Amino acid sequence: MDLFEYQARDLFAKHDVPVLAGEVIDTPEAARAATERLGGKSVVKAQVKVGGRGKAGGVKLAATADEAVEHATNILGMDIKGHTVHKVMIAETAPEIVEEYYVSFLLDRANRTFLSIASVEGGMEIEEVAETRPEAVAKTPIDANVGVTPEVARQIVEAAHFPAEVADKVADVLVTLWKTFVEEDALLVEVNPLAKVASGDVIALDGKVSLDENAEFRQPEHEALQDKDSANPLEAAAKEKNLNYVKLDGEVGIIGNGAGLVMSTLDVVAYAGENHGGVKPANFLDIGGGASAQVMANGLEIILGDEDVKSVFVNVFGGITACDEVANGIVQALKLLEDRGENVTKPLVVRLDGNNAELGRKILTDANHPLVQRVDTMDGAADKAAELAAAAK
Amino acid sequence: MAIFLNKDSKVIVQGMTGSTGMKHTKLMLGDGTNIVGGVNPRKAGTSVDFDGTEIPVFGTVAEAMEKTGANVSVLFVPPAFSKAAVVEAIDAEIPLAVVITEGIAVHDSAAFYAYAVEKGNKTRIIGPNCPGLITPGQSNAGIIPGDITKPGRIGLVSKSGTLTYQMMYELRDIGFSSAVGIGGDPVIGTTHIDALAAFEADPDTDLIVMIGEIGGDAEERAAAFIKENVTKPVVGYVAGFTAPEGKTMGHAGAIVSGSSGTAAAKKEALEAAGVKVGKTPTETAKLARAILAG
Repeated sequence: MDLFEYQARDLFAKHDVPVLAGEVIDTPEAARAATERLGGKSVVKAQVKVGGRGKAGGVKLAATADEAVEHATNILGMDIKGHTVHKVMIAETAPEIVEEYYVSFLLDRANRTFLSIASVEGGMEIEEVAETRPEAVAKTPIDANVGVTPEVARQIVEAAHFPAEVADKVADVLVTLWKTFVEEDALLVEVNPLAKVASGDVIALDGKVSLDENAEFRQPEHEALQDKDSANPLEAAAKEKNLNYVKLDGEVGIIGNGAGLVMSTLDVVAYAGENHGGVKPANFLDIGGGASAQVMANGLEIILGDEDVKSVFVNVFGGITACDEVANGIVQALKLLEDRGENVTKPLVVRLDGNNAELGRKILTDANHPLVQRVDTMDGAADKAAELAAAAK
Repeated sequence: MAIFLNKDSKVIVQGMTGSTGMKHTKLMLGDGTNIVGGVNPRKAGTSVDFDGTEIPVFGTVAEAMEKTGANVSVLFVPPAFSKAAVVEAIDAEIPLAVVITEGIAVHDSAAFYAYAVEKGNKTRIIGPNCPGLITPGQSNAGIIPGDITKPGRIGLVSKSGTLTYQMMYELRDIGFSSAVGIGGDPVIGTTHIDALAAFEADPDTDLIVMIGEIGGDAEERAAAFIKENVTKPVVGYVAGFTAPEGKTMGHAGAIVSGSSGTAAAKKEALEAAGVKVGKTPTETAKLARAILAG
């Protein structure tokens, strides 16, 4: 889960990473009081999870509280690269910046460890620095069981050639930033720029944090950090029901069991769609191993509630779960939805394979539901679902 | 021969007495797995009856190994307790730990992986978030259905559980030497490369099927490894061509970040290494058949 800048700022502050004061608001008028609390001037910063907001006019200096209100009025509701601005941060104006650095900790998947990236050339995208001046970027592997001790922090500072006069202060930031990384179960903590200001202090002026959703069991406070304003309503409804769902922009609704098989189903439907007017998958939905009638009904309800969906492809491989149970689940789910008064009118193509497939297929044949068609191969069923979606378009 | 697991493997189950552990211990026994014990400190000294087979429960992995000669542990331990359980298995120096659990925090898996390396890599970790591995007709360590296919000469390595089952089913008449589900988390213990190396060295494997998915660069690295080190034919499949950028697709590790981790890049890398890559699972199975038919 990627966080907004103000959320990253709050987490940095919680773990003693030096930051400027700032608070988040969502109405223009609130900018006045917030700016007054900062002594009458502020920086108004759009909160969007995308880079380039400065260029887009999403960051403005306000010399007075009135000006802050004016900027907030303009920035709230602004569209930045497809992201609508719902919140702005009213931040303390930065003291005079002398130098800009970059520091981050992240998960290094390839080496199955953590990595520190540090550079004295901050303020721009680190990928850009790595491309143009690779010698200016220091990458240091971090042992997960040792962490960033003051000694390790000192090594990073030396590897990145930080100037001697800020070495101690940057090392301190690295230790507190690592604390943020570990204690918040983050996948990424990035400070860019880490600014050296005229007083000689170093301050985290902007940052990015991405959190591990698998750690929610021990991070109860993280749930409140979810961005409910921008969430797709179907995705939000699916999350409420503990369904693993991602909305896409096509017309064929997809239900399957197992993340890999569902991803594969999306691809196979997209290929089939090439022969049927370019129809595409409408969603990712993994209902997991059990595929009970209740879970199937919940999944179908979400998918049938998607206006873009013209046909549905249920693709199940019976592993431990037997296909007869899955078939019963589908039949019961349709009945459950019809009993609830849902308008079930979209055609369903069902492919069952694996454990007890014959029994499962027989249950579907016997149920003889007018909307349900059985196709017994994955590629054939994908083609049929794409054809039906194209016909209904 | 097979890889990592065979008829002589003596298997213990950490978390055997939980509901998932009970269910799958029973299934593994049904597939002929030699399960010699369970581990649960609170139930040490008791035993569990599985349709007439009494399986003793030990307090620690070390004790279970000492009393039974176990050399494989399968873990059905909830995410919050998985790190401690894997660390215990590493401390006991069990040669193979198969971590089935889904939802382990990545700081925990990075920590236990680093610990295994520091302890001299005496314990091979498979997973987490994986279906385990099966050597059909000999032993099953995990949750892969034992009755999909028979023993044969194809080796399979996959990030995804259900695609493992799908591929075993597609090629069920030919059969498999071993099938290894390495898991869909960002940090996993055994990689495609480890399995490819083992299958290359396994005299009972003639062809390798490798299944990947979006996220990270494990497939690209595997492709480079294949080019240099694998002489046996490899057939590949990659899932997630239609996955949007920045969205996690079910598996914690299945995410395209910017331009990295895309299915297209993985397919390209594999093809450049001489791997035939199928467009769909069925087409991938056909490619394997064609190669085996000569």
